[in-house]
Amino acid sequence: MPAKTTWVRNLFYSKKVAPYIFVAPFVITFLLFFAYPLVSTFLMSFQEVLPGATKYIGLANYKKLSDPDFYLAIKNSTKYTFWTLVFLVPFPLIFAVFLNSKLMKFSNFFRSALFIPILTSVVVAGTIFRLMFGELPGSLFNTIAGYFGAEPQKWILHPMFVLVLLAFWRYIGINIVYFLSALQSIPQEIYEAAEIDGAGKLDAFKKITLPYLKPVTIYVLTISIFGGFAMFTESFVVYSGNHSPNGIGLTMIGYIYLHGIEFNDFGFGSAIGLTLFVIVMAINIIQLKFFGMFKKEDS
Amino acid sequence: MKSQKTFTFASVWLLLLFIILAVFALFPLYAITLASFKDGKELLRYGLNVKWDLAIMNFKNYHQILWGIDTGAKYGMWYKNSLLIMVIFTAFSLIFSSMVGYGLAMYNFVAKNIIFTGVLIVLIVPVEIIMLPLYKLSINLHIIDTIAGVILPFVVAPLPIFFFRQYAIGMEKEFMDAGRIDGCTELGIFFRIMVPLMAPAFSAMAILQALGSWNSFLWPLIVLRTQEKFTLPIGLATLLTPYGNNYNVLVAGSVLAVIPILIIFIMFQRFFISGLTVGGVKG
Repeated sequence: MPAKTTWVRNLFYSKKVAPYIFVAPFVITFLLFFAYPLVSTFLMSFQEVLPGATKYIGLANYKKLSDPDFYLAIKNSTKYTFWTLVFLVPFPLIFAVFLNSKLMKFSNFFRSALFIPILTSVVVAGTIFRLMFGELPGSLFNTIAGYFGAEPQKWILHPMFVLVLLAFWRYIGINIVYFLSALQSIPQEIYEAAEIDGAGKLDAFKKITLPYLKPVTIYVLTISIFGGFAMFTESFVVYSGNHSPNGIGLTMIGYIYLHGIEFNDFGFGSAIGLTLFVIVMAINIIQLKFFGMFKKEDS
Repeated sequence: MKSQKTFTFASVWLLLLFIILAVFALFPLYAITLASFKDGKELLRYGLNVKWDLAIMNFKNYHQILWGIDTGAKYGMWYKNSLLIMVIFTAFSLIFSSMVGYGLAMYNFVAKNIIFTGVLIVLIVPVEIIMLPLYKLSINLHIIDTIAGVILPFVVAPLPIFFFRQYAIGMEKEFMDAGRIDGCTELGIFFRIMVPLMAPAFSAMAILQALGSWNSFLWPLIVLRTQEKFTLPIGLATLLTPYGNNYNVLVAGSVLAVIPILIIFIMFQRFFISGLTVGGVKG
């Protein structure tokens, strides 16, 4: 082995050096595209950011948050998150239990069919729903409403109904997959033992299935809370842009986009972003505490 | 005998429920495909409906979107950009994320826990809150309005890292020693021995990352400036007007946009659930 290449060779053969080569891509992008922007978000939220003339303005950006539109954005995002949780946690859980049941025929087909909507981009999905909920009497939902004797509605003036239904349509399949994968990891022997002990189906569901599904339920809840508060595109497409009538479709990300990108006010945009982060973290910590995730015996 | 009967009854009810759900899931896609063959005026008047009428159905909308007639849409370019970004993003994302996940799972080193904590932090901080400084940074790095600008900031993604780490933890370390005895470098062991063993994890993450890239909206909307550089979702969104007069081309463009991802799903779906189960959402 030629001497001059020995140290290079050793580098590639060393078990001490190797892990740092493996994790290098993460470390580089973490520092450049995450840590640095996060720190500057924090700093900018105390600054007035103008080209070449950035200055420290204390809490002025945070004081600007006492804006009716900000409260509207919080209200809309919170309502949306609440309703998506109501529909997108219990229903997928129950459907997954059904799909996993021995009584269910063609369960793989249905699992795939329900999964397909997530493949559409939000732009495509939003376009579809915008058209189904058209305001003219001939639109699909007005036709359906007509069968029940209802007057044609301007559906998009009911943003929660349209947006939550859109979310339900797009995300039901992926949440079912999460629950299904957890269900399939439950050992069958437990159910057999329970049956021998004379437990009914409902007892087995309450005493075995639900406790086993707790971790995945917490996971789905957590990502749904983040996802709900991060909703932007759905509203952007349904209302053909970031400006809906009287702000009925304004979300917190839409509010950041409005001030940060459209009005070019990076300082204020950053303050909104950090406030959003604190809200979402607080809700998730309360949720995780409620389910006892911080207790030792659960981990 | 009795149990046989309840078995059938329950099966029929379940089947009925899921047929309704499947119709709910697939009907909107059927309706938009049908609408894409109909005239713009018909669409404006009736919205999406399920009327089959071959007399008013034609390929005009497809012709219009592909050649940019009336709207000036550069659909072919958007399509090409989206495909290119999806392929590059997915390939690099899988290589880097699997390397990082594997490194964290298989080796003991000083900074290991700090780096894993970093992965978890990236996982829980919503990217939307760092969009503005990221936009400024992209301007400074001269990657604004480029494919690199769309890809680079998110190419090493926390969820796949986490997933690959979980997957690698369950693998036999003896394979590594066997490789070392045969004179493989540590990277060689990874690429030649471990990557093939992690194939199911790669399939699961490939569909996840390709889907994310193909449908990504907010960041490309911020980073891309010129029509020629747009991806499909951004380009399609420019066709949205408050008057809805472009919906005919928009639906045709939407139908074509769903096709590649549908093909990928059909190819990879077998691996998807198994991959997800092994990696474990249980954490």
